[in-house]
Amino acid sequence: MTFRARHLLGIEQLAPEEIRAVLDLAERYVALNRRTVKQADVLSGMTQINLFFEASTRTQASFELAGKRLGADVMTMGVSQSSVKKGETLIDTAMTLNAMHPDLLVVRHGASGAVSLLAQKLGDCAVLNAGDGRHEHPTQALLDALTIRRAKGRIQRLTVAICGDIAHSRVARSNIWLLGKMENRIRLVAPPTLMPAGAADWGCEVTHDMAEGLADADVVMMLRLQKERMDGGFVPSLREYYHRYGLDADKLRLAKPDAIVMHPGPMNRGVEIDGTLADDINRSVIQDQVEMGVAVRMACMDLLARNLRAERGRRALAETEPDLFDRAGRTA
Amino acid sequence: MTAALHVEGARLIDPATGTEVEGTLTLDGGVIAARDGALPRGARVIDGRGLCLAPGIVDWGVKIGEPGERHRESFRSAGLAAAAGGVTTIVARADTDPAIDTPEMLEFVTRRAAQAAPVRIRHMAALTKGRAGREMTEIGFLRDAGAVAFSDGFHTVEDSRVMARTLAYARSLDALVVGHPQDPWLSRGAAATAGKFAALKGLPQVPALAEAIALDRDLALVGMTGARYHADQITTAAALPALARARASGMDVTAGVSVHHLTLNEFDVGDYRTFFRLTPPLRSEDDRLALVEAVATGAVEVIGSFHTPADEEDKRLPFEEAAPGAVGLQTLLPAALRLVHAGALTLPQLFAALSLTPARRLGLSGGTLVPGAPADLVLFDPDAPFVLDRFALLSKSKNTPFDGARMQGRVAMTLVGGVPVHGG
Repeated sequence: MTFRARHLLGIEQLAPEEIRAVLDLAERYVALNRRTVKQADVLSGMTQINLFFEASTRTQASFELAGKRLGADVMTMGVSQSSVKKGETLIDTAMTLNAMHPDLLVVRHGASGAVSLLAQKLGDCAVLNAGDGRHEHPTQALLDALTIRRAKGRIQRLTVAICGDIAHSRVARSNIWLLGKMENRIRLVAPPTLMPAGAADWGCEVTHDMAEGLADADVVMMLRLQKERMDGGFVPSLREYYHRYGLDADKLRLAKPDAIVMHPGPMNRGVEIDGTLADDINRSVIQDQVEMGVAVRMACMDLLARNLRAERGRRALAETEPDLFDRAGRTA
Repeated sequence: MTAALHVEGARLIDPATGTEVEGTLTLDGGVIAARDGALPRGARVIDGRGLCLAPGIVDWGVKIGEPGERHRESFRSAGLAAAAGGVTTIVARADTDPAIDTPEMLEFVTRRAAQAAPVRIRHMAALTKGRAGREMTEIGFLRDAGAVAFSDGFHTVEDSRVMARTLAYARSLDALVVGHPQDPWLSRGAAATAGKFAALKGLPQVPALAEAIALDRDLALVGMTGARYHADQITTAAALPALARARASGMDVTAGVSVHHLTLNEFDVGDYRTFFRLTPPLRSEDDRLALVEAVATGAVEVIGSFHTPADEEDKRLPFEEAAPGAVGLQTLLPAALRLVHAGALTLPQLFAALSLTPARRLGLSGGTLVPGAPADLVLFDPDAPFVLDRFALLSKSKNTPFDGARMQGRVAMTLVGGVPVHGG
């Protein structure tokens, strides 16, 4: 099987053929999701727990729907950061959850690396990263890739401009990994204060000028400017940010005539993107991204569940028929 | 009085003369009695063949949890770890809870330490009251009560006027001020050094220049006041020219570096391994190499462990939320020996940085093999290989970045005042 991963912690760990496997399977779930009866049974009998240490509406809803459409028992826990000391919550919750034998665990956390820490502490379950700090948000990059592939007919040799608050964005990091692995030309466009140190060494083109960044782009990916960054001295004011870095029809004219506009949501209309442009169905694929999100998450969970079942099967067989395996656990 | 000891056949590592020759050392009455002398009647003979004998390590900048955090480390546990690691003098930080900022508190910890620990423990006192960076401590009283230096630990005195006044006052008493030159504003909330790796991992970052910026400020104030100054940790190449300029202009300035910054780099953090979260954060490989070179040339004179105990609860957290710091008393020698095995330093050079220079700078006797010096010694096999198991460490806290690491260097015996406190 092409998809070998046990957890989905980041795009960094995925091979290009694994990414393709997710996208190909997701296409089938797009078709399923457009039918009246949107039911599959590949997760039937399995338990999926969504653990959100950070508030989220769309990602949480998307994962919930994806699990339900695949027939899993889905439970969503919102964990308030304020009520308990942060660290205790994370490890203690991991231990508690472990005892409930979940099969799939979807986690979002505000600290980079927190989901990988949880995956190390949990035993027999597949962990999906729904966003950890500024680190990665792999399903977002996968749904972006599916959206691009459907709009452009391919997911390689494209020029993709990623614009906005790259420094604080896990979406940007996951997309940079994915688009890089699929051999695209990536441009990062941000004011210097929102461009991470060392970005020039990532194999991307780095610019502080929207005109330069958008020139001949096939895809324009806008990022959300978090409210807490707006007054933190990262940019002087919203109106100056919108003037210099907000995407409107004028700036978009610099890109290729058929360039598509993307945004991971939720949008700040009039801050990073012009409201009319965001709604222009000829250019904006923002609604498609949401639709692809459910399909991609179904595909990820389906693939991880297959690997989980296979691993459990191997383990059970090794217990009952130890002679079939050598000491390294391979079939003899 | 304990019996005289006669160590035979060991390679004698003497940083004062820069020599490394086989010989014998006779210890009597708590001091080194003779070098290459005859065997005194009734003396116990220790076979040092195949081993090295060096002045015991003076580990400058150790955090012990007393008072306030005894569950992380006590004088007893720190002392045992030190003895096992060849450290004969611990120079403790004042960042306890409450801080060691009054002579009464200093007398209390000095008494407790003497009762509990098998090695010598000397204390630095806080530079400002409560280490809050607002008012200077009673530097005169504290010095009289035995404070060897004055430091706010890993707090940088932000207010330049407070720092200037404190340095000027310390100058009048000839007291040594230990600075932590890391710009506090740039460092706020940071868990990693700015660069490609930390940015990809999504960690809050501090630019490496935060060190040079803060060092420049401190050195300008030292130039203005004429105070004696030691930078606790210099970890970046960018800070080295300022240090050289200050010395060239005649300022009384020294600098140290942690063994972790000499042997590890930012990539060791890997998949968010919190035992590699340190203060300041681990640097680039270029910086590490520059610092190794600086120690070899004497531009940075002191190597320490900056032993900082943190328990499992402090470390089993997401990287940016985990407590910074690593224990190091017991791993300082084998980690530092990596530099010798790599050919970067000779053994006498290494022990100049571990023993002689810190002792001299702090006004302590020791650090040499000269007759008359205290018989604080470490007898060790520099080549003996082992794989470190953190749970075998004697510190109460086990937060070492070297867990599972292949290391070389086994301490056969540690002597304090001529008495074996480990081995033997």
